[in-house]
Amino acid sequence: MTDTAVQRTDARYTWGGDEFLFVEIAEAMSLAANYKANAMAALLTARSLPGVTDICPANASLLIRFNPDILPPDRLQTEVRAVEDEVAHSSHQTLDTRIIEVPVWYDDPYTRETGARFRKGHQRPDGTDLDFAAEENGLDSPAEFIRRHHESPWLVSMVGFVAGLPFMFQIVPQEDQLEVPKYLSPRTDTPALTVGHGGCFACIYSVRGAGGYQMFGIAAAPIFDPAQRLADFRDFMIFFRPGDIVKFRSVEEAEYRDIQAQVDAGTYTYRQAPVVFDLQRALDDPAAYNRELLERLDGH
Amino acid sequence: MAINILEPGLATTVQDQGRPGYYNVGIPQGGAMDSLSAEMANALAGNTAAEAVLECTYLGPKFTTDTDAVIAVAGAPVDVKVNGEPRPQWSRLELAAGDEVSFGMLRGGTRYYVAVQGGIDVPVVLGSRSTYTLGAVGGFEGRALKAGDVLPVGTALDVGTGGAERTELEEALRPSFDKEVTVRVLPGLYDHRLTEEGLNTLLSATWTLTPVADRTGLRYSGPDIVWKPRVQPFGAGSDPSNIVDAGYAVGSIQIPGGKEPIVLHRDAVSGGGYAMVATVISADMDLLARSAPGTKTSFRAVTLEEALAARAEGRKARSSIWG
Repeated sequence: MTDTAVQRTDARYTWGGDEFLFVEIAEAMSLAANYKANAMAALLTARSLPGVTDICPANASLLIRFNPDILPPDRLQTEVRAVEDEVAHSSHQTLDTRIIEVPVWYDDPYTRETGARFRKGHQRPDGTDLDFAAEENGLDSPAEFIRRHHESPWLVSMVGFVAGLPFMFQIVPQEDQLEVPKYLSPRTDTPALTVGHGGCFACIYSVRGAGGYQMFGIAAAPIFDPAQRLADFRDFMIFFRPGDIVKFRSVEEAEYRDIQAQVDAGTYTYRQAPVVFDLQRALDDPAAYNRELLERLDGH
Repeated sequence: MAINILEPGLATTVQDQGRPGYYNVGIPQGGAMDSLSAEMANALAGNTAAEAVLECTYLGPKFTTDTDAVIAVAGAPVDVKVNGEPRPQWSRLELAAGDEVSFGMLRGGTRYYVAVQGGIDVPVVLGSRSTYTLGAVGGFEGRALKAGDVLPVGTALDVGTGGAERTELEEALRPSFDKEVTVRVLPGLYDHRLTEEGLNTLLSATWTLTPVADRTGLRYSGPDIVWKPRVQPFGAGSDPSNIVDAGYAVGSIQIPGGKEPIVLHRDAVSGGGYAMVATVISADMDLLARSAPGTKTSFRAVTLEEALAARAEGRKARSSIWG
C-alpha cells in the first residue's frame, strides 16, 4: 500500500466565490486524504464558529460555506489552517464511528431491467453492468465480482450529490480496489436504492433519478426517509454520515422481500455497532483490521 | 385562510429564504431563485422577508383565496389578472374572497413571485418551507403544485411589526430582466486545470443560456474550452475535466468535457466529479435566476474584495425596499 498514514503535505486553499472556502487535501483518492477531510470537519464543527453555515467533508477535500458579513474570509482561513495543523500533528489518527450491515440483492431484476434500457452507447452493449465490471477487473465471473464487492468493508467517504447519497471507498490496498468506469453517457433513470459504482467509488442512490454509475444490485432498506417512519430515521431523515463503515451483505429475493415487508410494517432496523476507526491500523494490515471491524458487527 | 389552486402552472413551488446547514448530506440551500424579487413581493404584501411565497416559472398558476386577502406579484414581467381584469405587478393587491387570480405570458425573464399576507404556511422542514422536489422535502408535500391543492396561509403580521408600509415599488428600485447580462465571477477552485487560453475563453466569450436551466443549474452554449492534458490522479475519472468527487460551491462553474459550462444554482447537487473553475459571486446569483434561455451572458472576473464590496452594495439596495 502506497498510502502514508498522515497526509502531511499542506492542503490547497481556494475560494468558491464570497461564500465558500474549498480545501483540496489531495488530488488523488486515498484513505489518508479522506481521513484528514473528516477529521478537519469534526474539529471545525467543534469550534462552532459563528458565520459558518455548512461544513462538507468530501472524498479528498473539504468545502465550507460561510457568511462573510459575520466571519471575514481571512479569519475563516486562519481557523481552518489551524485545524489542518492540529490534524497533521495529532498522534492518534482515529475516528469514532459505526459499522453498518447493508443487505443488497445483487443482480436484481430492477437494476437489470433499467440497465437493459440503457445498453445503447454502453461500454458493453451486449452484456450487463456486472459482466462489464467483472471483465474490467480481470475477474472470472460476475459472481466473483459480487463476492469481492461484499467481502470487505467500505468507508463512507462523502455524503451528497443528492439528499443522503453515500459515496464509499473500499478499505483495501489500492491494487485490490474494484475500479469500473462510469457510463459513457449518463442514464436518465436509476431505481432508488441502486448500488452503483463509478471509478473506485461505490454509492447507493437515495432517490430515483439520473445517474452515471454502473449498477450492480439494489439495497433492501431505505437510506433516506423524509417521513421519518423507521426507528433509524427518528432523529434525522438521512441515514449515512461521512466516516460510517459499511459491510454489504448479499441477500436473495426471499430475504429481500422479507426486509421490504419489515420496512412496510415500520419495524426494520439496520444491524450496526459502534467502532473506533484507526487509520494507521487500516493501512498497516487491512486484512486483519477488516476482520476485526466485521467482528464488531457480530458483537465481539 | 387558504389558497385554492385551480391550475398549477408549469413548475410552481413554495420557497422562502432557504435551508442552510444540510449541504453536507446533499440537501441544497434551496429558497427563491431570484431572492430579491421574492423579498420585494413579501414587502409589498406586508410580510417580512422570511415568509414563504410561490415561485412561478414561465407559466403561472390560477387560484382563488377563501377569504379576503392581500397579495403582491414581483419578478419577471407578466400580466396579472384578477377575475380577468388587469392589475399591476409590483404593487399591493386587495382580493375579495373567491376572486380568481391568473397570469398571462411572460414578457421576459423566467420567474415571478406571488406573496400573500401571512405567508404560505406549509410545515417547516429542517428550518425552511422551501420545496426541494428531488428529495421530496419541504414545500407543499415536497413537490410542485397540482390542481386541487389547498395551501394554508399564515396569520398576517400586526401592522408595524416588520411588514413594510410600502404598497408600491417604484420602477427605479425594480430589477431589470435583460437579454444581455454580465455576471461577475471569482476564478479559482480548479481554474489551474484549464489552459491559459481556456480560462481566457471562459472570461471573454459571449455565452448563450440554453433551455437546460432550472433550479439545479444553468447550462450555457458557446466555444469549447481547453483543459490541460494530464495523467489523472487515482479515483478521478478519465477526462481532464474530472476530479475526485468533491463538494460543489453554489454558483460554481463546471465545464464537463470542455463543452457547455454549467452554473449550479440554489438546488445545486452538492458534489460530483467535475472540476469547478470559477464561482458566480453572491451578489449576482439573482441575475442568473432572472435570465431566460437565449440570454447573452458574459462572465467577468473580479477579486474576492470586489465580490465583498458588491455584496455590501446589494445589501444596501435590499434594505432600501424596507425603508
